[in-house]
Amino acid sequence: MNSMQKYVAETVQSLKPSGIRKFFDLVSQTEGVISLGVGEPDFVTPWHIREACLYSLENGYTMYTSNLGLPELREEISNYEKRAIGVEYSAQDQTLVTVGVSEAIDIALRALLEQGDEVLIPEPCYVSYAPGVLLAFGKPVALSCFEEDQYRLRPQELAAKITPRTKVLILAYPNNPTGAIMEKEDLEALTEIIIKNDLIVISDEIYAELSYNTTHCSIAALPGMYDRTIVMNGFSKAFAMTGWRIGYACGHPDLIGAMTKIHQYTIMCAPIMAQKAAIEALRHGETEMRKMVADYNYRRKLMYNGLNEIGLTCFEPQGAFYCFPSIKITGMSCEDFSEKLLFEEKVAVVPGNAFGESGEGHIRCCYAASVKNIEAALEKINAFVNRHC
Amino acid sequence: MDIEKRILEMLENDARLSAKTIATMLDADEKFVEDTIARLEREKTILGYRALVNWENTEWEGVTAMIEVKVSPEREVGFNSIAERIYRFPEVRSVYLMSGGFDLTVIVEGNSLKDVAHFVTHKLSPLDKVQSTVSHFILKRYKEDHVIFGENEEDKRLVVSP
Repeated sequence: MNSMQKYVAETVQSLKPSGIRKFFDLVSQTEGVISLGVGEPDFVTPWHIREACLYSLENGYTMYTSNLGLPELREEISNYEKRAIGVEYSAQDQTLVTVGVSEAIDIALRALLEQGDEVLIPEPCYVSYAPGVLLAFGKPVALSCFEEDQYRLRPQELAAKITPRTKVLILAYPNNPTGAIMEKEDLEALTEIIIKNDLIVISDEIYAELSYNTTHCSIAALPGMYDRTIVMNGFSKAFAMTGWRIGYACGHPDLIGAMTKIHQYTIMCAPIMAQKAAIEALRHGETEMRKMVADYNYRRKLMYNGLNEIGLTCFEPQGAFYCFPSIKITGMSCEDFSEKLLFEEKVAVVPGNAFGESGEGHIRCCYAASVKNIEAALEKINAFVNRHC
Repeated sequence: MDIEKRILEMLENDARLSAKTIATMLDADEKFVEDTIARLEREKTILGYRALVNWENTEWEGVTAMIEVKVSPEREVGFNSIAERIYRFPEVRSVYLMSGGFDLTVIVEGNSLKDVAHFVTHKLSPLDKVQSTVSHFILKRYKEDHVIFGENEEDKRLVVSP
């Protein structure tokens, strides 16, 4: 076959393949792996939500919805955000239902960025922000967060990276991969700089319900931040609905309107069956969701304690379902550690540098796994570390 | 009480969890968890630890019946005395006092249909206070104690994802 590479746009050609993809291929070729490398709940979507979707299909709900999403769903989202973060968004023109938060991030960046505009991204972080910025012809600028700060973004780091081209700050807390959160005081320390420099904040709050010792605080609720924040959330993590691809964005009508323009021409609307399921999740899903969160909390302690006992030190994660321990005592790079651990002990973790260069020296261990698997994996990691230290 | 309830819930869900694991998950002292479990056993709050077996996967071809029993309650002891007479038979797995159209549900196990029939006709029905019985044989178990039988519990997630 002839190479067709020359036809691929330069922007896409120059995107680096995700480090996770490479590791995924390695793990897939190995039999009998205990995986702590997964980025999603180990629960199946609660049955009442799946059943609501089946019912909607039986009743013939197979058509397009309005671009913004079903009005009942937008109403539920608006009520939910008011309850959860204390901020009011109109269901009419401030709430857009999207195909996961992933789509919301993509269309927000495309709606906001001119060529060369800079987007600040605290790292380590989820893998798709920087590529999303590049695909919108912007320039991603990494903000370093440090283990000694429990990976919270500090105002000095934010201020230091702002230039006249800076337009957007992405905040993703509780954080994948570190389990970091930003409490109210941490966010308050940033708002003056954000307002002074006229930045827009994209706040990816997909792990908000998975906050363990405090309730999640959204920057949108702080003085002066309402108009300039786009809040994004979805159903994947809290309601174990990753495969449904359903999320939303809330914000100022002008910004949501701009995003809706892109959404209507590229996506049209989120799938109606997922929207119907999401309505059920928000109306009746709280009890099961709380149960799942309580369960993650138990396993969080197991993983956090176990890793520290082994000597792979990590701070106590306050959100999401990941620990992000340091592997310094082994002297290995994170990729080396992850590959050797896979080959020698058949335990899969994700190398920290998949989440940005500042993730080097760390690995991501997901505790959305059974107690049995967590304990077995910890035992194997312990044997591995003892052998190599 | 809250921590006691959580220990009970964890053990009810998985009786093989060690006190150390439970202590870690609950941010509690291991000795405290051990002592609490010992006390709960002493107080008969925890009555035992058993495996939930799917006998269909074995060669045992026994039968289980759910029997609706109507009885005459007795002065002073109500249904307790007759319930006791019934539950002492080793064939009886469970006995519940019911509201509604009959009084006791009796779950009986036997190696064969004949065994269970023999129990009903020769032991249960002749009891003094038993007025009538209706036997229902269990054909298939779908779910017991929150566990779905034969469900494929394989992790369907991608092994690594962002």
